[in-house]
Amino acid sequence: MAITGDSRSQFHVLAVDDSLIDRKLIERLLKTSSYQVTTVDSGSKALKFLGFQEDEQGNPDTPFGSPNNHQEVEVNLIITDYCMPGMTGYDLLKKVKESSSLRNIPVVIMSSENVPSRITRCLEEGAEEFFLKPVRLSDLNRLKPHMMKTKIKNQKQEEDQEELKISEIQSDEQQQPVQLPSPQPQPESQPQPPPPPPPALLLQHNNNKRKAMEEGLSPDRTRPRYNGIPTMV
Amino acid sequence: MLGWGVDRLRADMSRLLAILFHQGVLDEQFLQLQQLQDESSPNFVSEVVNIYFHESEKLFTKSQGPTCKTDGYCDCRLDREFSDYKKMGIHLNQFMGSSSSIGANRVRNVCVAFRAASEQNNRAGCLRALELLEHEYCYLKNKLHELFQMEQQRVLAAGARYPLQQQQQQQH
Repeated sequence: MAITGDSRSQFHVLAVDDSLIDRKLIERLLKTSSYQVTTVDSGSKALKFLGFQEDEQGNPDTPFGSPNNHQEVEVNLIITDYCMPGMTGYDLLKKVKESSSLRNIPVVIMSSENVPSRITRCLEEGAEEFFLKPVRLSDLNRLKPHMMKTKIKNQKQEEDQEELKISEIQSDEQQQPVQLPSPQPQPESQPQPPPPPPPALLLQHNNNKRKAMEEGLSPDRTRPRYNGIPTMV
Repeated sequence: MLGWGVDRLRADMSRLLAILFHQGVLDEQFLQLQQLQDESSPNFVSEVVNIYFHESEKLFTKSQGPTCKTDGYCDCRLDREFSDYKKMGIHLNQFMGSSSSIGANRVRNVCVAFRAASEQNNRAGCLRALELLEHEYCYLKNKLHELFQMEQQRVLAAGARYPLQQQQQQQH
């Protein structure tokens, strides 16, 4: 199933900022770029909107994540200010990446201050991008690839769940032994960023089952560590 | 006659904006705001700017009466006691951020200097920066109000023009 070209209205962005002006701005920027937008003024409200549950842990016995989706609404990207009272954007980023149901949502950090150590810290914690304020329309062009990746991954997982149900009914001998060729980085590993799989590969059905089992069953899989990526300013 | 008014107003607005950019009162972020304004959001710039003024005024404790009279004299006062530098720093950060977001370049720059003075507990520096800030803020506010008034007049004049044109078209 192909994803059509400019289907950005199906992408939903959650924007988090304590400043009313900046919320208005980012909302306008996102709507101009044809995204659906929800704005909230704090990290805690963001988590509430995402249906975050504090005691949720990744359970190795239930592969493919939890089937009961705690999210009320699907969010394809979170864009958050760094400096906020209470829960900072960094705290929010951490909570999202530590949550098994939310960790696949790409997170982008915005800040009015250009502090390289801050930028590095956020990228290392799993942020996809770091935007300096004031954010421009051209910055938003960098968002789409991250959202597309998630959409494709979610679709793939849904398709694989179907596939696996079918194959469970069939005989087990036909299953190949699970190998881990591992384009995924191991924890505590060398500075090798995982190469993003080209979309054509992901849409094939052949290796999906194996990939899904890698992703689902590996309890040691931490959130990706980004070393050696040039810092974006 | 009305058409001439619209063009004149538009020219005046362009001139005023050019002056403000030249003086560094506004920077290219203001242009970004204008680019975000369109038919679906026709009052975006004035909405955002009015939020800015409304929010900024919360930062100033008022001595008496309304703020920023139209003759340019500003009645706003930040806490002259400077009793709490940390709190002031927080307010300044917010003010700096929102000023930057609307393209209020000179106001933002004074905030930077103000923040530096407060971080050094430099009372004299803070007083000076506060004076500058009041001056810049009031100037900005007056000029932007002028701009929006011209815009309103232009819209009214343009609206009054169309019924004439429609009548002419119906006669054909």
